[in-house]
Amino acid sequence: MRMLINVPETVVADALRGMAAAHPELTVDVEQGIVVRRDAPVAGKVALVSGGGSGHEPLHSGFVGPGMLSAACAGAVFTSPVPDQMVRAAAAVDSGAGVLFVVKNYTGDVLNFEMAAELAEDEGVQVAKVLVDDDVAVTDSLYTAGRRGTGGTLFVEKIAGAAAEEGAPLEQVEAIARRVNARCRSFGVALSACTTPAKGGPTFELPEGELELGIGIHGEPGRERRGMMTSREIADYAVDAVVEDLRPSGPVLALVNGMGGTPLLELYGFNAEVQRVLAERRIPVARTLVGNYVTSLDMAGCSVTLCEVDEELLRLWDAPVRTAALRWGR
Amino acid sequence: MGEGVGVSRGETFGAGFFVRWLEGTASAVDREAGLLTELDSAIGDADHGVNLKRGFAAVAELLAKEPPATPGAVLVAAGRQLISTVGGASGPLYGTLLRRTGKALGEDERVGRERLAEAFGAGVAAVSQLGGAQVGDKTMLDALVPAVEALWTSFGAARTAAEEGALATVPLRARKGRASYLGERSIGHQDPGATSSALLFAELAGTARAEGAA
Repeated sequence: MRMLINVPETVVADALRGMAAAHPELTVDVEQGIVVRRDAPVAGKVALVSGGGSGHEPLHSGFVGPGMLSAACAGAVFTSPVPDQMVRAAAAVDSGAGVLFVVKNYTGDVLNFEMAAELAEDEGVQVAKVLVDDDVAVTDSLYTAGRRGTGGTLFVEKIAGAAAEEGAPLEQVEAIARRVNARCRSFGVALSACTTPAKGGPTFELPEGELELGIGIHGEPGRERRGMMTSREIADYAVDAVVEDLRPSGPVLALVNGMGGTPLLELYGFNAEVQRVLAERRIPVARTLVGNYVTSLDMAGCSVTLCEVDEELLRLWDAPVRTAALRWGR
Repeated sequence: MGEGVGVSRGETFGAGFFVRWLEGTASAVDREAGLLTELDSAIGDADHGVNLKRGFAAVAELLAKEPPATPGAVLVAAGRQLISTVGGASGPLYGTLLRRTGKALGEDERVGRERLAEAFGAGVAAVSQLGGAQVGDKTMLDALVPAVEALWTSFGAARTAAEEGALATVPLRARKGRASYLGERSIGHQDPGATSSALLFAELAGTARAEGAA
């Protein structure tokens, strides 16, 4: 096992301590696993709280700050946080204008956030929830837990965060978050399995010369395994999968996301192929983001997320944001 | 705890019995954490063992520090502790199982096996409702449902039914939880949640047997 860690048990706490040291603009509760923007609660502003298992950095803690999340809850590696964390986070950031929980569609996240919403409301915090389920690799049917939440989470958190920053009321922030989710689709590809600290080895066996198509962000295998493909072939496959489902009629935001173990050299090369496919399909790209944003530990691979935008969503996307991992404007 | 060790007055059980059962479960989960994580890495995300281990260790610690007075209170406290410490889907699901079973037991100081089976029925129904799953979906319910049914007969029968239920998940296709994303490829693997549920009932039977009940 080649990991820069002490022991698996303290991986998350150690990372939070380091994050606190690097980002004095954040309040980090290492014990509770909560990261909060330092100026919270902001008077009159709807607060956004998200969270999930650790191992997807910079999601979610890297997106805490003006223009995006008010707080993030860090669970154990690949394990959703517990309701106590979410309730504490909500109480810390609520200014009285209410809290929007941004929840990725995984059974654990859904159940814990549901319990947290009930408990927070008991304490007088007004709570709304948005479920992110953008992954087209999963068939949403009676026979699965529904589509997973992956790269689209970044778009939901950024755009809804901008709306909240502008002073939109809770129901409007919630409606925008739902609109973004409805217009986001993602598809992921793994070139290697990831290593969880607790297991100390790859979470699934992927022989040399093969790749997994349609992977999730928890080291869970995908929907199909094939022989190695070129960047060009992967872009064709992934963008087709997304576009077939999304069927965009207007411009899109494009996210070419690394899973944690693929260098930017490869991601930018892959982005060139993604842009080629989109151009061939006459889909205008309004903005593009390339980098490691929603990762799966050290997994090699990438995902593509497209989000169809109108003028309002694009304006909110361009609005200033100041977080550890996403920062522009002002 | 107001109860002698090894006593089962007319086969009813006090708070101490439930504490010993959950302590035994904590040890069993600690011992089998590697196996549970291994099973989970095949079709899930490789964290079931480590999460349950953390949760049940916290339960054992809580019960040692502040032992509740009744069987129902023991289970409610344990369930709350699991919800607060496990995370993932297992936290709310196991937490709900124990909490709702405990609530169904009410404030009785001692309960018999059949009373426990009845209460467990309420706990399992709550789990099914929370997770939206049924028997055959390749989840913990595949062990829990037959175990609770068999508990009306004996503790040993419940243990056997849970183990058989867990084994019976091998050929199933997962319909809930993260394994559901694998579709056909989930077939051939034993469900980690059903396996940990079988551990819970094995410990229940073991605790009962150690105290002279069957």
